[in-house]
Amino acid sequence: MNSAQDEVVVRAHGLIRRFGSVVAVAGVNFDILRGEIFGLVGPDGAGKSTIMRMLAGVMGPDAGDIRLAGIDVVAEPERAKPYLSYMPQRFGLYEDMTVDENIFFYATLFEVPGPVRRERGAGLLEAAGLTPFRRRLAGQLSGGMKQKLGLVCALIHTPQVLLLDEPTTGVDPVSRRDFWGILYSLREQGVTIVLSTAYMDEAERCSRLALLHEGVVRYCDTPARLKQAMPGALLAVTPSPGTSARDVHAALIGAPCVLGLLLMGDHVNVRVDDAELRRADVAAWLIQHGIVNAEVCRIEPSIEDVFVALVGSQGKA
Amino acid sequence: MKLKRLLAIAYKETLQIWRDPRSLAIALLMPLMQMGLLGYGVSLDVRHVALCVYDQENSQISRALVQDFASSNWFAVVRQLHNEAELRDAMDRSVCIGAITIASNFTRTLDSSGTASVQAIFDATDVNTTNIAIGYAQGVIALVTADFERNWLRMHGELAQTVGSVDLEPRVMFNEALDSRNFIIPGVVAVILGLVGAQLTSLTVSREWERGTMEQLISTPVTALELMIGKLMPYFIVGLVDAGFCLIAAIFWFRVPFRGAFGTLAATTMLYTLVVLGIGYLVSVRIRSQLGASQVALLLTMLPTTLLSGYTFPIDQMPHFVQMITYAVYPRYFVTILRAVFLKGSGLSELIGPILALVVFAVLIIRIAARSFHKRLDER
Repeated sequence: MNSAQDEVVVRAHGLIRRFGSVVAVAGVNFDILRGEIFGLVGPDGAGKSTIMRMLAGVMGPDAGDIRLAGIDVVAEPERAKPYLSYMPQRFGLYEDMTVDENIFFYATLFEVPGPVRRERGAGLLEAAGLTPFRRRLAGQLSGGMKQKLGLVCALIHTPQVLLLDEPTTGVDPVSRRDFWGILYSLREQGVTIVLSTAYMDEAERCSRLALLHEGVVRYCDTPARLKQAMPGALLAVTPSPGTSARDVHAALIGAPCVLGLLLMGDHVNVRVDDAELRRADVAAWLIQHGIVNAEVCRIEPSIEDVFVALVGSQGKA
Repeated sequence: MKLKRLLAIAYKETLQIWRDPRSLAIALLMPLMQMGLLGYGVSLDVRHVALCVYDQENSQISRALVQDFASSNWFAVVRQLHNEAELRDAMDRSVCIGAITIASNFTRTLDSSGTASVQAIFDATDVNTTNIAIGYAQGVIALVTADFERNWLRMHGELAQTVGSVDLEPRVMFNEALDSRNFIIPGVVAVILGLVGAQLTSLTVSREWERGTMEQLISTPVTALELMIGKLMPYFIVGLVDAGFCLIAAIFWFRVPFRGAFGTLAATTMLYTLVVLGIGYLVSVRIRSQLGASQVALLLTMLPTTLLSGYTFPIDQMPHFVQMITYAVYPRYFVTILRAVFLKGSGLSELIGPILALVVFAVLIIRIAARSFHKRLDER
């Protein structure tokens, strides 16, 4: 990485936010570099939306510091707003206005000149596949189209930082691909993107991830390094036809060599300390427990496996 | 403050008003409906008091007397009675509010002594109406007496040509027709604008919270002041159209004499509209649900406006401490202004007091409203 890319655009330090007696964000730190796609990953209630709202300057923290492009967001949120775009989790555009009217409205709020708005708007609408729907009321768009329109409105000015709170929840695969297409081309333009997601496959597309659990960042690294950082290795146990993965899962609970278990549908992911050593142990344990002909092989862990391994698999397994 | 952003908010708000034709229709037709209800419903005058007549004599003179009652605008003879029982029954069943009884020796007594009595019985359940009706009855009798005296003098030849009767001719000013409607209708306009205006803007901010559009809006550089002015602009137009409807109805339908200058009326109406829209906006900023905001705006404006503005209940008749409270009830100033402009033709210089009061209200409310809005999801 060269030095230009090492420029810190977003810095969060010691962020704390309570709602009554519930601590939603319990001391979060991270630095985000220019041009990164930074993912906040975690289950519902992990504090993702609260962090996004604090970054966007629409909610103040109880303690901590946020710097966005050198501006103190906590002290002066209004100074930061021209440089950022925020897309809330809940659709935030006007359903009784057309696609074009919404774009015009947000362009004007960010003081985008008319010619720039028309050119940029046309390009974004084309990329989002929304060009045929320019005169349609936003309320009459499908879920995926609404999210894409949200992105178009968020990008009608040139933000330094784009904040997306679970942008692809409830979005169909085709719209999702358009969506990510736009995000990748933004990154090439040097826009820093922060997005939260509960989808692990989506998390793998980010350049860096913060694994969030109960208001705390448990791990923060690139997806590849996170996978390496997972303690132990991963074995996939695929039962022979006639045996269900659920039975395998049940049989493996309590096996001494098993560090973690994740039921995957047609197979079970088993985390162990050493792949080569434990393959035989797992197979032997299964036979002892009446499951024969199950195939045991080493696999590369996914972010979901890493997440479960790092935040503790007990609850899920 | 950036003019373009302000206009973008105004344009957006206008689109939304326009796309919701039902709400717009209610906003425009409601004041006219209320104008009809309050304009016709509230009248302090007593007209066509239902009257029964028990004429025991049925002579030329007694019939003429009854005719005098019937032909006055104040009474309507609804039934002729033939005995005491019928009279009692008619009063019990509220067929009439009053009954007059003419004795069978009426003409004879009149001829012999020059004076005779007519008995009038009134139902005093509604004291106010009854008092007024008694006054009217005395008026009718006074006219009859004067007539009779003239005839008597002429017939008896004494002083017939030279009599100079001294008449008290009462003269009333400003409301020569003595029509309480002329006095009430301008006040009604102030009351209706006060209620409708606050309702118009009470939803404008709470709607954004409820529909989830506020979160994205406050993440933009738009300022609280731009948002407020931008949102108030289209409603100001709607409010002025409402005011125009009400004033047109007052002048051309209810025929309240308009003696003032159009400029005075327009300027003061704009000022008052600003105050009432500001109140609604303030409520909208403070309460994040549409239903709640609308209810609070109604509660906040309804009672003070109808009871304490002096549009029908005179302020100088109120207990002292209630009179003190009315100084904080902004519609009272516009009631005063409208009455003066309509009936006295007052200009800006004569109305400087109430106008200044409204200016103070406008500045205060707009300032508080602008400061009450924070671009934060939480209230702190």
